Amino acid sequence: MNGSTHSQNLEANNIYNERHGFTMIRDITIGQYYPTESILHRLDPRVKLVGTLLFIVSLFLFRSFFGYIAVTIFLFTVIKLSKVPFRFIIRGLKAILILLLFTVFFNLFLTPGDPIFELGFIKISEEGLRSAGFMAIRLTYLIIGSSLMTFTTTPNQLTDGLEKLLRPLGRIKVPVHEIAMMMSIALRFIPILLEETDKIMKAQMARGADFESGGLIKKAKSLIPLLVPLFVSAFRRANDLAMAMEARCYRGGDGRTKMKPLKYKGVDFLGYGTLVLYLVAVIASRMVENIIM
Amino acid sequence: MQIVFDHVNYIYSGGTSHERHALKDINLSIDKGEFIGLIGHTGSGKSTLVQHMNGLVKATSGHIYFNGEDIYGRDYSLKKLRSKVGLVFQYPEHQLFETTVFKDVIFGPNNLGLDKLEAELRAYNALKVVGIGEDLLDASPFELSGGQKRRVAIAGVLAMHPEVLILDEPTAGLDPKGRDDILEQIDKLHKESGITIILVTHSMEDIANYADKLLVMNHGELVMNQPTKEVFSRYKELEQMDLAAPQVTYLMNILKEKGIDVETDVTTVAEARDEIIKGLKR
Repeated sequence: MNGSTHSQNLEANNIYNERHGFTMIRDITIGQYYPTESILHRLDPRVKLVGTLLFIVSLFLFRSFFGYIAVTIFLFTVIKLSKVPFRFIIRGLKAILILLLFTVFFNLFLTPGDPIFELGFIKISEEGLRSAGFMAIRLTYLIIGSSLMTFTTTPNQLTDGLEKLLRPLGRIKVPVHEIAMMMSIALRFIPILLEETDKIMKAQMARGADFESGGLIKKAKSLIPLLVPLFVSAFRRANDLAMAMEARCYRGGDGRTKMKPLKYKGVDFLGYGTLVLYLVAVIASRMVENIIM
Repeated sequence: MQIVFDHVNYIYSGGTSHERHALKDINLSIDKGEFIGLIGHTGSGKSTLVQHMNGLVKATSGHIYFNGEDIYGRDYSLKKLRSKVGLVFQYPEHQLFETTVFKDVIFGPNNLGLDKLEAELRAYNALKVVGIGEDLLDASPFELSGGQKRRVAIAGVLAMHPEVLILDEPTAGLDPKGRDDILEQIDKLHKESGITIILVTHSMEDIANYADKLLVMNHGELVMNQPTKEVFSRYKELEQMDLAAPQVTYLMNILKEKGIDVETDVTTVAEARDEIIKGLKR
């Protein structure tokens, strides 16, 4: 099998799968961990959490071209550093395509301003075009930025980081450990439930179930054979997990120590330093905007 | 030849770091009415192989023919294929969803678009075949015991009247009685209706008792495709694949080493008994 027919076959396979509406679940990459060795993977999860938060805030700080350049450079450097293949990242965007189109659509047609294009009742203004473009970029970057965090951080690290970052809230009686535990269990169950969905779907399709055709009501009805077993299995798994945790004497966060306690290393301070620089760059670009405009 | 695999390859998540060659150049043919065992270590590609047979997974390359027709052909109806090739998954009881046993079993026949009477008749008969009594027809499938649930799930596939019945580890997690009941019923079905059976299992004893022919998978490759006895006579190779021959085959080999004149190609306990009696008389 040579390279080109191989990829053609893969392509044909994807089309077939799409036509029959399954295994696509596997293609949702948001929230997945991408195992590889990179500086970003080694970074302390707290740095990545803070960094993601800062990045998202920064996305809404800029209003014009300069900020856009700073954010793009930062994002692409981080992607490069993460060693996660670009194709893999892009695939995650498929899931928000509809949302993206909606946002662009509403911004494009419903923003008042000087019309640059008119056809009957359809009006596109310059402001609309601008805000649609910016909104699309912001949303795309937001998804890429936050999925980069999950690509490079295992769910366990993520919740560890969150627990440590939120620890001060424990003083005002916020159950930080419990929240972190719930989060890590929820995250842990996503791939399991996806796999389970895939399996049950196949099993019902083997019995002639059709998840594709028909109107909205028929489609919704066709989900019953999928959802009922899925709920049953989720409860069964939850029960088993609770039992297993109790069998190992789990009793909440008080006095609990970690096998791998989080400790900042040199690279983490470098990470924080980069973040500060980035923030300064974005704020500076915003100031430049204000001076020019 | 009922099912033919022609140079079938399957690659998981092609183009990503999770890429895995799950099936490598599989060629095989299965005749109508055969009882075939499929063995292989965990992750050897057994389940992937059987999911190709009813078109749930599409081969990355290669062709599969059912009754002489290419199942990837433009106009080929996969829905029809799935009614002809019934696939019972591992832990099939996890797919039960209806409020009563009867309603769950009739789900398949209804999907085929049969008229009400025919569908009900098929569901009723299928439940009878797997030995679920009439008193349980209106019970909730969630109230049944593990073995009963599994039989109801198998009935759900049988009610579609498949020409080929594939069972992926139908006895996993059942007690010995439940295991024997299910295998006996499958064997009876095979003998009475001439339906082709493909049994995926980890139990060498089960397969020795029922299958005429064995397929052995190892790391995505089909390494053996022979009558059961011939496969088990190659038990040294099987062991290298984390498989084994039935216990009695080992017993016969030890007896032979100790100087008792017995044939070693024995795979079931009944055969072993006869052979030992013969050997002692010699």
